[in-house]
Amino acid sequence: MPPPDFYEPPSRTRLWAIPIGSTLVGSALAAVPIVSQIHILPPFGLMMALAWRLRRHEMWPAWIALPLGLADDLLGGAALGSAMTLWTIAFLAIDAIDRQPTWRDYWLDWRIAAGILLVCGVGQWLIAWFTGGGGLFWPVFPPIVFGILLFPAAAHFCALLDRWRLAR
Amino acid sequence: MAPPRHRDRGFSRRIQYGLFFGYVAAAAGIVAGLALILIARFDPLAFEGIRGLAIDVTAPFSGAGRTVARGASEVGSEFGGYFGAISENHRLRQENADLRRAIIAAHSAEMDNKRLRRLLHAIEPTAQPVTVARIVGSSLTGDRRYATLAAGRADGIRAGMPVRGPDGLIGRIAETGQHAARVLLVTDGGSSVPLRVARTGEAALGEGRGDGTLELRATTLGGQAFRRGDLLVTSGVGGVYPPGLPVAVVVAASGEIGSGRPLADPAALDFAAVLPEVAIAPPPPAPIGAAH
Repeated sequence: MPPPDFYEPPSRTRLWAIPIGSTLVGSALAAVPIVSQIHILPPFGLMMALAWRLRRHEMWPAWIALPLGLADDLLGGAALGSAMTLWTIAFLAIDAIDRQPTWRDYWLDWRIAAGILLVCGVGQWLIAWFTGGGGLFWPVFPPIVFGILLFPAAAHFCALLDRWRLAR
Repeated sequence: MAPPRHRDRGFSRRIQYGLFFGYVAAAAGIVAGLALILIARFDPLAFEGIRGLAIDVTAPFSGAGRTVARGASEVGSEFGGYFGAISENHRLRQENADLRRAIIAAHSAEMDNKRLRRLLHAIEPTAQPVTVARIVGSSLTGDRRYATLAAGRADGIRAGMPVRGPDGLIGRIAETGQHAARVLLVTDGGSSVPLRVARTGEAALGEGRGDGTLELRATTLGGQAFRRGDLLVTSGVGGVYPPGLPVAVVVAASGEIGSGRPLADPAALDFAAVLPEVAIAPPPPAPIGAAH
């Protein structure tokens, strides 16, 4: 009788599908069946993408934000290319921060995420304005603040998913 | 925790080339994304195929959960309504009697109106809706205010058509899928509707502000154009929207600028009628909200 296999790695599909799937589900939350005059929900797709990127530095190549952002644009109804561009710039910025020899901890990750949520939120508004939208500027901020406060929860959820992803 | 040193670790050519390729692809993607944004600026209906497909895919899920979401929001008001039922009944009886009288007056006014219009040879064709469909959701994230309609190109809907609910104008079709469509709400920052103050007949423009209200601008100078509680209806100027659809009620006014609350609250409505675009629109379907 052969000895039992002590470590059988999880399947490759499971390894890549869970991060991407959870990000897509986050983006698809824009389609939950509530009709509202103002936007109230934070950008869950971006929050999940950031949580995965900050948790697993090596998992994704630099270009992964392109397809994820495109999916977010399609699901959320923003102009094509807006999340695509902003997310990719954000991920490159995280790469640049990774090169800095600073001490990394939970708080720094949160601050990075907060900065990116702010920049992407304002950037989305500018792109919406450029492509014919516009309107008042202040409604941009409640979802951003909401997103920043909820980011630790997203990171925690991501950690739970990650444990499940790597489980035998 | 020390900084992660993953991006420049190791001497493997293969890994280094892989990293390099990743950055090249990301940079190329940013350029492509900017190009897409430029295209969206000048041709909002480009890529309608793939965007429509995304609407088609997400609409059934929104539609399935919609009744639950509505049910939950209604429970609260049902409870409240139970206790005030008797006093409300009295009030409604009174109101009903008043309205009956008002209807009789309105009927005679309508008769007069018809007769006078016939005299002027200005008979307006009444618009038959293209289709009636459910509103199944709206964009909750992002800066544009869209609602999703459970009918699409297969039902004869085209981009640009106005959409109304039981209470008034909801907005305009922005993009269509085969079986679902996106409605640009009147409160979106890119929406502007030519209006008329029902009380005075003065012309005005209602622009969305993205926060659930409309900014109203009187097009005539001087004086107090709006009063709180004024009803605004579409004027029909410039085509697209049929005249006489109720749009908003003035909630605040100062001089030529006012602020309006849309009558058709998409959060409360279920069904919407898509109307044909009024024919005197500019030749190509006007790019929605491209004016700046």
